[in-house]
Amino acid sequence: MAGNREFFYRRLHSLLGVIPVGLFLVQHLVVNHFATRGPEAFNRAAHFMENLPFRYFLEIFVIFLPLLFHAIYGLYIAFTAKNNVSRYNYFRNWMFMLQRLSGIITLIFVTWHVWETRVQAAFGAEVNYEMMANIVDNPMMLGFYVLGIISTVFHFSNGLWSFFVSWGITVTPRSQQISTYVTMAIFVALSIVGIRAILAFA
Amino acid sequence: MMSEKKTVRFIITRQDRPDSPPYEEEFEIPYRPNMNVISALMEIRRNPVNAKGEKTTPVVWEMNCLEEVCGACSMVINGKPRQSCTALIDHLEQPIRLEPMRTFPVVRDLQVDRSRMFDSLKKVKAWIPIDGTHDLGPGPRMPERKRQWAYELSKCMTCGVCLEACPNVNSKSNFIGPAPLSQVRLFNAHPTGAMNKAERLEAIMGDGGLANCGNSQNCVQSCPKGIPLTTSIAALNREVTIQAFRNFFGSDQV
Ligand code: HEM
Ligand code: SF4
Ligand code: FES
Repeated sequence: MAGNREFFYRRLHSLLGVIPVGLFLVQHLVVNHFATRGPEAFNRAAHFMENLPFRYFLEIFVIFLPLLFHAIYGLYIAFTAKNNVSRYNYFRNWMFMLQRLSGIITLIFVTWHVWETRVQAAFGAEVNYEMMANIVDNPMMLGFYVLGIISTVFHFSNGLWSFFVSWGITVTPRSQQISTYVTMAIFVALSIVGIRAILAFA
Repeated sequence: MMSEKKTVRFIITRQDRPDSPPYEEEFEIPYRPNMNVISALMEIRRNPVNAKGEKTTPVVWEMNCLEEVCGACSMVINGKPRQSCTALIDHLEQPIRLEPMRTFPVVRDLQVDRSRMFDSLKKVKAWIPIDGTHDLGPGPRMPERKRQWAYELSKCMTCGVCLEACPNVNSKSNFIGPAPLSQVRLFNAHPTGAMNKAERLEAIMGDGGLANCGNSQNCVQSCPKGIPLTTSIAALNREVTIQAFRNFFGSDQV
């Protein structure tokens, strides 16, 4: 089938957003939440993750490549839309626009965040409680992190909503409505987890 | 007697040729009770004088049924795409702004070329092939409840309003748009049409097809016929997921 590539890429983009990138995001937020129990608890959790077997394999194939594909294709999708919320002031149209906007903010945030932590680690820095505490010591950086976390969590939660539509799981308007409530509850819950964690470093 | 007569004010986006720049022209025409946008446009055509009192060319638009079943008279009225034949002046805020649906190529003034929609219907085989070399006899029967359900989907008049409202249908994308997708669901639901189900699904799995939907759901809010477009799209998403498994892992290919 010659003309099927776009269908495949779209479905791959949708799948990767949840598995593995979305699952990694949830895991990452949960590990960070150990910071609310003090530096030792956080460092222990972070070291456990660092010492997982096949760490580099997991990082490359579970995080980096899927995220890279999702982000690049996501940018392409975001820039082929012609947003029209001023003319069509409807809830889902706003969510459509915010999904694209939050994707772009998330990309900027994640790139910066990876540079500051994982790339520095590759250059020999140690990723621990102290490193994060130093970063968010600067109120500007703390604000940037809070925005980045909320944007990422929104993008994931609202993305789950559209994932369920893209795969034909929620078909009826009623199921889509309930799905809105559930995914927005996930947004609130994960935001609390994420913000509590970052504030624990501040 | 009151000397001042009630009038209706229009700001119309006009365009002389497909490739010439658009411009706005104002009109002020005498009010008549129960006027709609089409009867106002007819008044302008009868006496093509703009609000400044200058003689101008009559405004071009399309119409046919005058009862909201053909879709030809669609245009953007006060910011929203809809049919001008059912747009009553008494219900509109003035000045009334008329613009063409720019998602489609503008032919002249308010007249656009909706050919892409008819091409899409051909692409997705939005018909039921029953012609043969001999009489095939009566087709399978359709349950009455299903017929009533399908009737709702069959109300589509290819007006283009849903494409105009969709943020993913634009000059940067080749997305086929909601209307032809919903037609796939309609024809696949028909007992005879179902014989070509896989062909239609594969057509919308091609480039510019179903997967380009980004769920803004403007279409279902805008469709004048109340067609459940987003339900159709989600239902088709399920169908093509199954079809993709069949195609890849191999099963009966029809
Ligand atoms: C933490 C990182 C990310 C996660 C967890 C994530 C997750 C998701 C999920 C679950 C979806 C829904 C898929 C669907 O509609 O079926 C989605 C959609 C989308 N993502 Fe991401 N994403 C991430 C990063 C990004 C980035 C960096 C961009 C770049 C701009 C981006 C752009 C998009 C776009 C445009 C969509 C909408 C696709 C559509 O509706 O057709 N995402 N994302
Ligand atoms: S689905 Fe509705 S809005 Fe779209 S073309 Fe058909 S009648 Fe018009
Ligand atoms: S003239 Fe047919 S819909 Fe208006």
